[in-house]
Amino acid sequence: MNLALLIPLLPFIGFLINGLGFRRIPKSLVGIIGTGAVVASFALVLSLFLNFSGEAQHIPVYDWITVGSLNISFSFQIDQLSLIMMLIITGIGSLIHLYSIGYMHHDEGFGKFFAFLNLFVFFMLLLVMGSNYLVMFIGWEGVGLCSYLLIGFWNQNPSYGYAARKAFVMNRIGDLGFLIGIFLILNQFESLEFASVFPAAAQLSVGDQGIFWITLCLFIGAMGKSAQIPLYTWLPDAMAGPTPVSALIHAATMVTAGIYMIVRSNVLYTLAPDTLHLVAWIALITALLAASIGLFQNDIKKVLAYSTVSQLGYMFLGLGVGAYTSGFFHVMTHAFFKALLFLGAGSVIHAMSNEQDIRYMGGLRKKLPITFLTFLLGTIAISGIPPFAGFFSKDEILAHVFEHSPLMWGLAVIGSMMTAFYMFRLLFLTFFGEFRGTHEQEHHLHESPFSMTLPLIVLAILSVLGGFLNVPAVLGGSAKLSAYLDPIFAYSKQVNPEAFAETHLDHSTEFMLMGVSVAGAVLAIVIAFVLYVSRKSVPAPDAEITGLPKLVYHKYYIDELYDSLFVKPIQALSRVFYNVTDRILIDRFGVEGLGNFVRGLSNEFRLLQTGTTSFYVFIMVMGIAAILMYSLRTLIFGN
Amino acid sequence: MLTLVLILIPLLVALVLLALRGGAVKRVALIASLAELALAVYVLASFQPDTTSQFSLSYHWIKSAGVQFAIGIDGISVLLVLLSTLLVPLIILSTFNHSYRNPSSFYALILFMQSALVGVFVAKDAFLFYFFFEAALIPIYFIAALWGGENRIKVTFKFFLYTIFGSLFMLLGLVYLYLQTPGTHSSLLTAFYGLNLSASQQGFLFWALFIGFAIKMPIFPFHTWQPDTYVESPTPATMLLAGIMLKMGTYGLIRIVLPIVPEGVQQWGLVAIVLAVIGIVYGSIIAIQQQDMKRLVAYSSFAHVGLMAAGIFSLTLDGLQGSLIQMLAHGINVVGLFFIVEIIFSRTQSRDLTQLGGITQNSPVLSVFFIIMVLGSVALPLTNGFIGEFLLLKGVFTYNTWLGIIAGTTIILGAVYMLRMVQKSMFGLQTTVTEQFTDLNLNEILVLAPLAVFVFWIGLFPNGFLKLTEPAVAELLRAMK
Repeated sequence: MNLALLIPLLPFIGFLINGLGFRRIPKSLVGIIGTGAVVASFALVLSLFLNFSGEAQHIPVYDWITVGSLNISFSFQIDQLSLIMMLIITGIGSLIHLYSIGYMHHDEGFGKFFAFLNLFVFFMLLLVMGSNYLVMFIGWEGVGLCSYLLIGFWNQNPSYGYAARKAFVMNRIGDLGFLIGIFLILNQFESLEFASVFPAAAQLSVGDQGIFWITLCLFIGAMGKSAQIPLYTWLPDAMAGPTPVSALIHAATMVTAGIYMIVRSNVLYTLAPDTLHLVAWIALITALLAASIGLFQNDIKKVLAYSTVSQLGYMFLGLGVGAYTSGFFHVMTHAFFKALLFLGAGSVIHAMSNEQDIRYMGGLRKKLPITFLTFLLGTIAISGIPPFAGFFSKDEILAHVFEHSPLMWGLAVIGSMMTAFYMFRLLFLTFFGEFRGTHEQEHHLHESPFSMTLPLIVLAILSVLGGFLNVPAVLGGSAKLSAYLDPIFAYSKQVNPEAFAETHLDHSTEFMLMGVSVAGAVLAIVIAFVLYVSRKSVPAPDAEITGLPKLVYHKYYIDELYDSLFVKPIQALSRVFYNVTDRILIDRFGVEGLGNFVRGLSNEFRLLQTGTTSFYVFIMVMGIAAILMYSLRTLIFGN
Repeated sequence: MLTLVLILIPLLVALVLLALRGGAVKRVALIASLAELALAVYVLASFQPDTTSQFSLSYHWIKSAGVQFAIGIDGISVLLVLLSTLLVPLIILSTFNHSYRNPSSFYALILFMQSALVGVFVAKDAFLFYFFFEAALIPIYFIAALWGGENRIKVTFKFFLYTIFGSLFMLLGLVYLYLQTPGTHSSLLTAFYGLNLSASQQGFLFWALFIGFAIKMPIFPFHTWQPDTYVESPTPATMLLAGIMLKMGTYGLIRIVLPIVPEGVQQWGLVAIVLAVIGIVYGSIIAIQQQDMKRLVAYSSFAHVGLMAAGIFSLTLDGLQGSLIQMLAHGINVVGLFFIVEIIFSRTQSRDLTQLGGITQNSPVLSVFFIIMVLGSVALPLTNGFIGEFLLLKGVFTYNTWLGIIAGTTIILGAVYMLRMVQKSMFGLQTTVTEQFTDLNLNEILVLAPLAVFVFWIGLFPNGFLKLTEPAVAELLRAMK
């Protein structure tokens, strides 16, 4: 058996053991099994990565669905792209499992939690390891299931349950798009295997109509999973889940599946510049909208959630301008710093006895020094300050956007200024100033245990250094990640070499762009500092928020809009269909109407039964005459 | 010969049961149905996946009229024979916690029903098919009318008239076809396949035959008997109806309508497929607001059947293969769901989602099985429902892009109503009726575990099932051209 098969299998076995043994296996063992499975999987990925030959490796497992000429195999593909994703999933996955041992320690659903988390890792690995679109789809829907189960993990709270269902249903809307994309691919290429579809696509010319529809449908799938307009509203609500879930699923891995899918299908997207254009604009608007909402949120996790939506927008923006590697690079650095920020937020929430409102925090840096320091590093990284990880990846995206359209670049820079502002606002309100919570909370404040701070430290190191994986030439780097991923884009280069030509920007322009975006971020940080540290202002209570901030604070009422546009009308339709169409129109008028008609007819015919023999004889004779006439009609009337 | 034994075992045991009394009745019924299943598994294992009819038997029934007692199993019927023999022992076992009045009649009727159902799926003669088709109605009518809920008389009468009405059209069609056969006439289905019918003849024959099957499934707008009947019937009858009996309709489309009136299908297939797709969306939307769990599952079943019918009329290999494997998958899932509703009802005396909640706190095992059945039902990949729905949707999509997309909304709406049902019953806070809820007992686990195994077995390894049916389906499509 190929060792690569063990990579998804180990977490699956962990799921089975912890799932079946739930409430019988002691918590300490549950943690070891759950974490151990993912760590072992990470070790295997690492050895695979180190021994990787550079040639994509295809690992067939068995024929899954065979109908006529359609043959969909259950098989894996190990190449540069899947390897990096696997490293992120199992690497960050391991850290978050470790963290959860401390974070979930008091929860009675401990075993169930680890089972679901392992199951998630299993499906996420299928998603990135699949060698065709349908195996990817298994993982795609599977992670959706785990996301549903984990958002609604504390299932006694109905609003959490609602958030979980909302996430699943919105994802399913996207999944229908994905599925239709799959049908279109099958119709056009008669295969779903990457290794057959992409070479065949490389024979087509840019602007192919069929490819346009395929890429559009796949992007609808990505909108759902990666929370882009209009399917983004589930992600902020998904924060109902335990914080490690938010870090792993709703920040570092699952929500980046849409970016993975597009990078995987890069040749198709390169053939469809119209779709890319759409991707870029939707991404940019999402990035700005979500960042603006983030400016006014007071729930520590909600700020991070909108930040995630916004950062996902930046990744898609990179893809949309054809800079696949930059978008993917941001997936990686974002996984480091956003997982760090969520876990840091979790550490804060843990210390604050489940308080999440930053208006009631403040001054935590003395009580939670490690959390503070790591959170600070993560905040600097996401704000795009050199030489932290976020600077390199975001800067690369921005440089490509500038080449594409200076207008979009300007908007994107405004977005990144908002990012720096809301992140430092969050940092200052949480860790600086005076403590604003209750006495009880203050008394209880404590730094988290080692199992929780260790992942913070590791992720902080990655957030600081991660950017050096892909330092651009202008800064004297050798762009290692780009070089490593290069083979993934071979077909794209073949169909549209121009899109991959070396940058037209000269070095001075590039330095200017960097200077502007860094200066913008620094300016935003200074404003945040003045407001929240020097002036010590605290956001107003909900009731006192008015005007434009109120509109933004309530997320532009988009949820309410969707509710009255889609949810309410469908519910009304449901009642009309049931009470009117079904019960009255079809049943009473249709079915019973037919019955009444027959009964009415029988009432008429009843009158014929007079009981008089002569009447019957008369009718009989007439009948025989009629039959005779009919039989003899040719004789009498001729032909 | 073995096919005949498959019809006779339940029939004869049913007669024996009528003479038995007391606790032995249900055990004998269970053993008989297990023996039947064992035989069916043997038949399945020795079945050759080709286009022929196997384990056949035929002798003259009404010699002068050319009516034959001809039976056999081929690729179209093989999965349905499995379905009807697999589900009946589980349905019988599911009743073990409940004592029904007059058990000997109750279990005898279930076995009569099974005998007739197997008969429908193996009949090779049109009149024999019709005979079994009608014979299946009688036991289910009595089970529903004698052991059903408050409105059982009104509801079952409606059900009876509805289906008889449809069957009469079908009989008319079959008699007409019979009269078209040359010489001394023959009612063998193969004789009907070879008829040279004009386009207009095929047009009206299509409707005569289609309406009979459409009511049985049911297809919009012939469905209003179904939710009431499912709700009022005792749960074993509901399982028989939804799990197996409705497949007589979908099976009839493939066995009778498609090969006999291919031109009629060409003329009217679009109308049929549109009705089916309307049913998918319409049934799903109604299910969203239902409070009675049984009625909710009933409407979901109606929606799912619409997709099977649409796949059949897509006249694609994917659509037909999808519909056959979905018949099996749907039977498994819907029986599981109805049983879970029954389990909840037997403990709380309620199926009302507004009164339930928090059940998972006392019953993790039930929750797991419930979630598995729901996942199958919403077609999550690696469950049985996905294989069927993927192939069906692909078939409908190939037939017509827009119909495929509209039919595809089932994966969204299905998630809406199924997850709502799970949420309102299993999650949230406990209510007064669910406080004392006890988890599954061994008997209930023994029913749900095999169903759960099949959910994943078919989802993971569908090819074992698909390859049994493919040659026959491919041949059918070839002959239609």
